[in-house]
Amino acid sequence: MSVDIATVKRVARLARLAVTEEEAEKMAGELNNILGFVEQLSEVNVDGVEPMTSVTPMAMRKRADVVNDGDKAEDIVANAPATAENFFMVPKVVE
Amino acid sequence: MTELTKLTIAEARAKLAAKDITAVELTDAYIAAIEAANPALNAYVTVTPEKAREMAKASDKRIEEGKAGALEGIPLGIKDLFGTRDVHTQACSHILDGFKPKYESTVTQNLWDEGAVMLGKLNMDEFAMGSSNETSYYGPVVNPWKAEGSNQQLVPGGSSGGSAAAVAAQLCAGATATDTGGSIRQPAAFTGTVGIKPTYGRCSRWGVVAFASSLDQAGPIARDVRDAAILLKSMASVDTKDTTSVDLPVPDYEAAIGGSVKGMKIGIPDEYRMDGMPAEIEKLWQQGIDWLKAAGAEIVNISLPHTKYALPAYYIVAPAEASSNLARYDGVRYGLRKEGKDIIDMYEKTRASGFGAEVKRRIMIGTYVLSAGYYDAYYLQAQKVRTLIKRDFEDVFAKGVDAILTPATPSSAFGIADQDLAADPVKMYLNDVFTVTVNMAGLPGMSVPAGLDEKGLPLGLQLIGKPFEEETLFKTAHVIEQAAGRFSPSKWW
Repeated sequence: MSVDIATVKRVARLARLAVTEEEAEKMAGELNNILGFVEQLSEVNVDGVEPMTSVTPMAMRKRADVVNDGDKAEDIVANAPATAENFFMVPKVVE
Repeated sequence: MTELTKLTIAEARAKLAAKDITAVELTDAYIAAIEAANPALNAYVTVTPEKAREMAKASDKRIEEGKAGALEGIPLGIKDLFGTRDVHTQACSHILDGFKPKYESTVTQNLWDEGAVMLGKLNMDEFAMGSSNETSYYGPVVNPWKAEGSNQQLVPGGSSGGSAAAVAAQLCAGATATDTGGSIRQPAAFTGTVGIKPTYGRCSRWGVVAFASSLDQAGPIARDVRDAAILLKSMASVDTKDTTSVDLPVPDYEAAIGGSVKGMKIGIPDEYRMDGMPAEIEKLWQQGIDWLKAAGAEIVNISLPHTKYALPAYYIVAPAEASSNLARYDGVRYGLRKEGKDIIDMYEKTRASGFGAEVKRRIMIGTYVLSAGYYDAYYLQAQKVRTLIKRDFEDVFAKGVDAILTPATPSSAFGIADQDLAADPVKMYLNDVFTVTVNMAGLPGMSVPAGLDEKGLPLGLQLIGKPFEEETLFKTAHVIEQAAGRFSPSKWW
């Protein structure tokens, strides 16, 4: 399997990463190198093997369904690049 | 004053309790040491002297009142991955530009609750992705160790390179670190320090910037085995804010130190004898075997047949989880924003300018292996291989093996800006070949200094234990430490 520049651009779009033509070209080489390295996994016989979903054999603990935190809108927007009245500001998304 | 920074945590604890020294004196000594050394070593990305003195003053008061915690007045460095309230927390990435959280990670809160003092935030590979600390937005950390007769600057390893260098150079009494594929154990081995990655679920991940959530674990880097035990005891906890935090009481790890390894079964895995392994690593490993045998342990040869697949499986699982975790950095809620012609353009420009090359590479790999049509071939296959890797360990533990001894790294520290490694990311990834299996199986792993190579650089041995049997590792590592001695760099900075 070989990744071409068009694929790199498509994946970069999915990942929301702007890439230049030169970067895409460089990335294609690097990705092919890494994918070549992981290719050896296909030789492992995994018939009847369950994929790992949890590394420790435990049931996920759940918290009680109660409100235990909140009323801190100012804290939540404190680090945002643009805010107004405790809202996050983004470029216009609807006309 | 410099004498104070030579004290281990256990020694400082005794002197503080006896009121031979004050927490403020100890903290001042470290702040002076950091000011003198950091321009050369770049271990800290932020120093918090005012906060440190304030915390130390409060410690002195609690000592006076007889209310001292387990780490009262002990000055620590904190890896930049841990959220620290109102203090620089950027995972050493530009994308978190200016981020100062309004919360404290559970691990650091546990340390402050026990009276520890924060000196500042430590340098690391960006988002903990790297094995040399060279992917940091803040530039590389310089290893306090140099090869004999050489002036070449070496890497401290990564991703917890700042933590390891600061501990080795005595710029903190101990440090927090994290380990996703070897990021505690490899830098510990490169700097002659002790590092333990506990069992997955032992330390809460709450408030720690996420890289690969099924692999990430916090742990300490310390000057010796006892200090690592003291730190882990305070870092570990049961936390309702992390659903993978395990509901088991935290043992007194320090109590395990000094115990006998007589009759213990130590496994030596055949598959770790890699082709082209340097003779010095082979020799060090044999030395470790001989020490444990002399202490009464039984040495058994074991097989972990899927070892060679751990690293390729890791380079699917970790980037896949990272691509998902790092989707949150979009220029809206925190950190950097680059304006664009619309919102998508803003996301793309922000992420392109905020992430470094290695992080982008891993996001791309992760996005690719999770994308439609490739999920089964890559991600599902890797998760099945992961089951087999874990089963290998379960099989040997079921046969009565108590712990496994391996080398920690395939070499000693290498040079900063190594051309060979820069040209091929996979070569850099091979640094984690001995450590990554442990993360894939969620087991505890510890790196303990065991000797110097012929260039005079430290080398470490790794001990791997059963889930939640960290005490066995502390006990066994202490036997190695007693035989090997401790190693410190000569001061040039």
